Amino acid sequence: MQSDTRSTAKERKREAIIREALEQFSKRGYYSTTIPDIASALDMSVGNLYNYFQSKEILAREILRYISRYLGNRIKEINESEETTKEKLFKIVDIYFKTASKEPEMIDYFLRVYLSNREVFQEECKGMTCVTEFVAEIMIFFENGVARGDLKNQEFFSAFGLFMGYLGGMAFLNGEEILPKELQEFSKDVSENIYNALKI
Amino acid sequence: MVEKLQQNRILWLSSLTCNGNSHSLLNHPNLDLLLQNIQFLYHPLLPSRYRLKEVIQNSYECEILVIEGSIDPTLKINGVKMIDVITRYSSIAEVVITAGTCSTFGGIFSRSNEKASGLHFREEKRTEDFKNIWQKSISLPGCPVHPDLIFKTIQMILKGLYIDLDECRRPKIFYGWTVHDGCNRNEYYEYKIGHHRFGEMEGCMFIDHGCRAPFTRGSCNKILWNGINSKTRAGQPCSGCTEPDFPAFNLWETKKHMGIPAHAPLGVPKRAYISIAGVAKAFKIERFEKRILKKGSAVEKKH
Repeated sequence: MQSDTRSTAKERKREAIIREALEQFSKRGYYSTTIPDIASALDMSVGNLYNYFQSKEILAREILRYISRYLGNRIKEINESEETTKEKLFKIVDIYFKTASKEPEMIDYFLRVYLSNREVFQEECKGMTCVTEFVAEIMIFFENGVARGDLKNQEFFSAFGLFMGYLGGMAFLNGEEILPKELQEFSKDVSENIYNALKI
Repeated sequence: MVEKLQQNRILWLSSLTCNGNSHSLLNHPNLDLLLQNIQFLYHPLLPSRYRLKEVIQNSYECEILVIEGSIDPTLKINGVKMIDVITRYSSIAEVVITAGTCSTFGGIFSRSNEKASGLHFREEKRTEDFKNIWQKSISLPGCPVHPDLIFKTIQMILKGLYIDLDECRRPKIFYGWTVHDGCNRNEYYEYKIGHHRFGEMEGCMFIDHGCRAPFTRGSCNKILWNGINSKTRAGQPCSGCTEPDFPAFNLWETKKHMGIPAHAPLGVPKRAYISIAGVAKAFKIERFEKRILKKGSAVEKKH
């Protein structure tokens, strides 16, 4: 019992470090943020933080897995529902835009840290190994859409590129404060555009 | 399943069939041993005590009935409905074996003949006609069934051994694992490397060329054909011939939905397969990037 409590407390601390580092990396950049900065914000010693993550690179990669799991779990719930392909697509786009609006550091991290500092990720996160949960759910959505006869059967990356390029572009425009209205207000139009592009 | 048999009389009845399973049995290297231990009351190709006409017109005592071919209630042989002959002898025999996919699941004949089915199944669906002999039935699907599976099953029956059967009454010892088990292309499968050309020994055929081994129950890569080979070893994809849905359409092409195999390996959730495949594909394995064998080496004669 005591050991369970200790391990839960440790898990909570671990997540707190990830959330703090995620915010700082996203706002100030990977190289401008140091481990002492993160430890100080959490009121913990640098040595203690290293007990959780042995290096800044390891922490950076773990954040990527954390975001992938976070988004993947939400899309998994949508995939497992009985809704139509079109309804599911709307919900996936909406959850992505909601995350980009309410927790912008999640998407910013992907766009501004992961894609801009490939040297930190390229070995351990080869291919899409650190974003497996997220990509797997998008694959399952596409596969199911084709199996149901709703989406056109094509190479995965042709569809994935269109999908992620569009969502990433909108999240970027939102981050630059260019959009005239809330990002989530675009969910319907954007999901319809994607559906029209991918439908059979 | 049954007590040790007092006598070893086998009756082999052919229904709607190409006789492929009868021929398959002839390929067993120890067929003479089998023939020393049993007596065929009738077999379409082997020395038998009676002629087919006699078997059809009379009722002889037998311990094992082997049925080959799809069962079509309208099929008559020598003016007698074959289904009546099967019904009569299946009530006499202590064990009934369906040899091949046609007599087990309906097979190719049931595709164009809606009356034809297997003894207990039409594809995956249970049929009612022979439910009274379900408990004494053993299914040995395959197109054809491997001769050693018939041989070993008969031996197990003769010795009174317990045969553990699955939900389709297939012996688990032969059908508990997939044809993928024992495939010597597993290194390519593990890293999701296709790189296959028909007839060649390199590359995984599940990736692009329609190999059904990962979701086909059978022993082809462990109990080899003619003791030396299997389809996948010879460079041909497994066609899933032991499964209820055999024959499938569009063989030699892996059906995909946006690049994702429509059929995942047996019992593997698609989410799990996609995740593992995604990780495996991320790594470039230099050893498999180039052909290992020079074209024409070992498998072709040098002129």
